[in-house]
Amino acid sequence: MNASQFIETSIKDGIGFIFLNRPKQLNALNRKMISEVVSTMEAFDINPDVKVILLTGNGKAFSAGADIDEMVNDSPITLELTNQFADWDRISLVRKPIIGSVKSFVFGGGFELALACDFLIAASDTQFSFPEVTLGVMPGAGGTQRLTKLVGKTKALEWILTAERIHAKSALHYGFINKIVAPELLMEEAVEFAGKIAKQPPLAVRLIKESVNKAVDYSLYEGMQFERKNFYLLFASTDQKEGMSAFVEKRKPKFTGG
Amino acid sequence: MYETITYRVEDGVAWLTLNRPGKLNAFTSQMNREIQKAIKASAGSDDVRAIIITGEGRAFCSGQDLSEVDESKHLGQVLREDYGPMMQQLASCDKPIIAAVNGVAAGAGFSLALACDFRLVSENASFVNAFVNIGLIPDSGNLYYLTRIVGHAKALELSLLGDKVSASEAKAIGLATKVISVDEWSQQLKAFAENIAVKPTKAIGLIKRYLEATYHLSLDEYLTEEAEGQRIAGLTQDFAEGVAAFMEKRKARFIGK
Repeated sequence: MNASQFIETSIKDGIGFIFLNRPKQLNALNRKMISEVVSTMEAFDINPDVKVILLTGNGKAFSAGADIDEMVNDSPITLELTNQFADWDRISLVRKPIIGSVKSFVFGGGFELALACDFLIAASDTQFSFPEVTLGVMPGAGGTQRLTKLVGKTKALEWILTAERIHAKSALHYGFINKIVAPELLMEEAVEFAGKIAKQPPLAVRLIKESVNKAVDYSLYEGMQFERKNFYLLFASTDQKEGMSAFVEKRKPKFTGG
Repeated sequence: MYETITYRVEDGVAWLTLNRPGKLNAFTSQMNREIQKAIKASAGSDDVRAIIITGEGRAFCSGQDLSEVDESKHLGQVLREDYGPMMQQLASCDKPIIAAVNGVAAGAGFSLALACDFRLVSENASFVNAFVNIGLIPDSGNLYYLTRIVGHAKALELSLLGDKVSASEAKAIGLATKVISVDEWSQQLKAFAENIAVKPTKAIGLIKRYLEATYHLSLDEYLTEEAEGQRIAGLTQDFAEGVAAFMEKRKARFIGK
């Protein structure tokens, strides 16, 4: 699957790795790169060797944002016809957990890509920012929506309107990243975190992710009905039988993914 | 490239010299920016394993140049936009920074010396926390660092009285790492810096980082971070060299990686 031009991919120990690979451009995102990222995520999603997806960037930074050269001559009509953001919608349909391992600059489209992940592990030198407003535009790939759903309107509006840089500590404080680690240990820690999730019974992981995501858009009542159906559904799995028997028999479960 | 400072790298040491001797090396916003830029360059260069900040002429730095104040900014803005970023750059630098205090260090010049890891002080030098003498508070991180270095009571005394602190008094209160005579100044300065420059630079950076962390963390949190720090140190080539040299009973040759 390594015919990609702007990313590198690999699979190891249940983790599907995606490396943004334009280090000289600080991993500036272009349309082809996003399309490669999304296609790889979809391929990993149906690959039984992959339990979790880990997205990171080669070089100094995660991603300094979108390639502005690519957009400078766009018009509303070319944007409508290109429909570039449709690729981004597909990230939400990926069933396996996506972990973003971020460092240094996470700006603009890079920030939106990070927010599309389920978890973020950040190096202590990470800075997030939506600089779009300074170019007379705005986030277009989910920034205003995802950030607001994660931290609430108060800080989201402030950050997006001021283009202020958000340091890792602040990001942790406001709850849109999971953990801060020393830059030297970023990949080691991210892989360890991914490994923990990769060991969980995959069907439970899928349905938990799906249910938690429903909480964002559903009313509490509807969300609880949805959760219940997924809970019932897991009782059709062999991992549920194994997990509960192991608990009763006081031994460690051996999950098979079935 | 630089107008208010000079910058050169020699034998692993970056020499950053404040270069407005006619103005006793007083700060202008341009100088703030140039110091910030030079520290960033040092931090990012593999050739640099120690940094010296010193002053050209008879002063180290006399603080803000009061004749060059940007009238369009209030003092809060000057600190946030000019001094703050410079102090942040110094604080985030993993490499050892030596203030070679060749003459008077007053006001923000005192603060600059405080933000460094070592203060080598000429016998002719002095420190003045001059802010109170014009009705201001010590700024540019001054109180933050001063209280850690000399303790609360002494920090308050120096800040409220605004009196001159001689080199020998600076040594007595722990402000000076070392007092050096004028005759031996250049030679001792170079020797001190070069000695630091051959130490395991990565470990030095980690020690700086985790010592700073002690001020912000509980013991539990600190011990977790400390383990992370030691993991990083354990991955360096210098650790491997240090252990090998110890086993082979020879002097280690650290490369800073």
